[in-house]
Amino acid sequence: MTIIDCNNLACPEPVLKTKNALDSIEEGVITVIVDNLAAKENVSRFAKAQGCTVSAKAAGEGWELTIAKGYSCELPEMMPEGAPGVAKLPTAILILSDKMGADPKLGEVLMRAFLSTLSKASLPPAKVLFMNSGVLLTAAGSEAIEDIQALVDQGVEVLSCGTCLDFFDKKDALKVGTVTNMFDTVETLTDGYRVTTIR
Amino acid sequence: MLIGLHTGDDAGVRLLDSSNALVQTVDFISPVVDDPYAFGQIAAANSLSDVYAMGGTPITALNVLAFPCKELSRDEITAILQGGADKVAEAGGALLGGHTVESPELFYGLSVTGLVDPAKLISNANARPGDNLILTKPLGAGMVSTAVKGGLASPAHTEAMVKSMATLNKKAAEAMVSAGVRCATDVTGFGLIGHAAGIARESKVNLIFDWERIPLLPGAKEAYSLGMVAAGAYANREKWHDIVEVRAKEGEEALLYASDPQTSGGLLISVSPHESERLLEVIISSGTAEAAIVGEVAPGDGSLIIR
Repeated sequence: MTIIDCNNLACPEPVLKTKNALDSIEEGVITVIVDNLAAKENVSRFAKAQGCTVSAKAAGEGWELTIAKGYSCELPEMMPEGAPGVAKLPTAILILSDKMGADPKLGEVLMRAFLSTLSKASLPPAKVLFMNSGVLLTAAGSEAIEDIQALVDQGVEVLSCGTCLDFFDKKDALKVGTVTNMFDTVETLTDGYRVTTIR
Repeated sequence: MLIGLHTGDDAGVRLLDSSNALVQTVDFISPVVDDPYAFGQIAAANSLSDVYAMGGTPITALNVLAFPCKELSRDEITAILQGGADKVAEAGGALLGGHTVESPELFYGLSVTGLVDPAKLISNANARPGDNLILTKPLGAGMVSTAVKGGLASPAHTEAMVKSMATLNKKAAEAMVSAGVRCATDVTGFGLIGHAAGIARESKVNLIFDWERIPLLPGAKEAYSLGMVAAGAYANREKWHDIVEVRAKEGEEALLYASDPQTSGGLLISVSPHESERLLEVIISSGTAEAAIVGEVAPGDGSLIIR
């Protein structure tokens, strides 16, 4: 396992060293040792934005950050309690419509109920992606914003497709989560997530 | 002496006679960009800003320069000083000379002397509940300049940052003085929260910021996700977070932008609600297009709220 010692390094050096180390591997785990809060938060945020899993523990005067890239992202701490010792992929939910199923009236009720229940689930997904008319759920005018915000508050990454927001003229009306692009969407769908699609 | 060491104002002020007070300040910084001419402009704009924040007009300036002789060429030093001289000229001041020393690290800035009408003196102690708050430049300069240091900023983002930092607060300050403003500060190394805290404390009020109205430099969000946040932002956050209540859903993220140290940042102006829209229009049309009303002053005990 690669260990990167960033003791006595000022920002942005720790992030740059972490970036180099992560760029040089397809997947795997690296440990980054930092001695100040700025480096700890910057490196963690950088790694998470790259889709890695980060766990931090206090070590000596600073912190030891364990960063997992690619398929082997499941650190022991990330396992749901009582889960078997095999690697379990994080879940992503892809929502392609603002309604669930064919009947529009029933579909609207079902979607509200689905998001409300999801926001209270004991094991929330890692990501929820909204595409096509699904983005109407995260934009102004949606009645599901509170439930989706509850997901965000639990650490769920809530992403809405920028092209779709544009298409529905909701570009500036996103109320919860962040905007994503096709590149990140493809990465999520093809790389290390168990994806459930809601149409 | 009208303003000295104890109020945490941007510059010291001494009364000369009934219609004139002397404003004095000194500030120098290490490089935030590679281009020496741009660095000279930015450092000078940053130094001149303290006079503007008091409602004053710069009269004279002196260079303060420290640099490693072996690492910088004569042309680079000349370019830095030219950048500074051009900004002093733009400010209508006279550059009288200065002092240079050798140092392992490069620093440049100005000592600036200005004049202010004591009746129009602007301080951080005059904010009144009901006032609106105008911020004249976008935040995020600390983040984008860290990304520049890390080689991770795009040329367009670098250019936007340099343009913002090299812009004098001259016209915005003239507009606020004409509008009868009595309370402002410039947003620099302590970030929005650090400088707002000075106003809240000295004026014995709370300042409320609307997160969605706070302008950010292009590239700031990218720099934030890339972990390109200067250590100073975290230091500012740790120093002031006890007096800040964050209600915006962006939470920690909003707090970190508001803690980002600015070099040659904008003015934070407390202005009566009847004057605010008109003043904002004048400031925007005078060349700082990103200026915005970002919040309001409320009765309180010196706290900040980001909602």
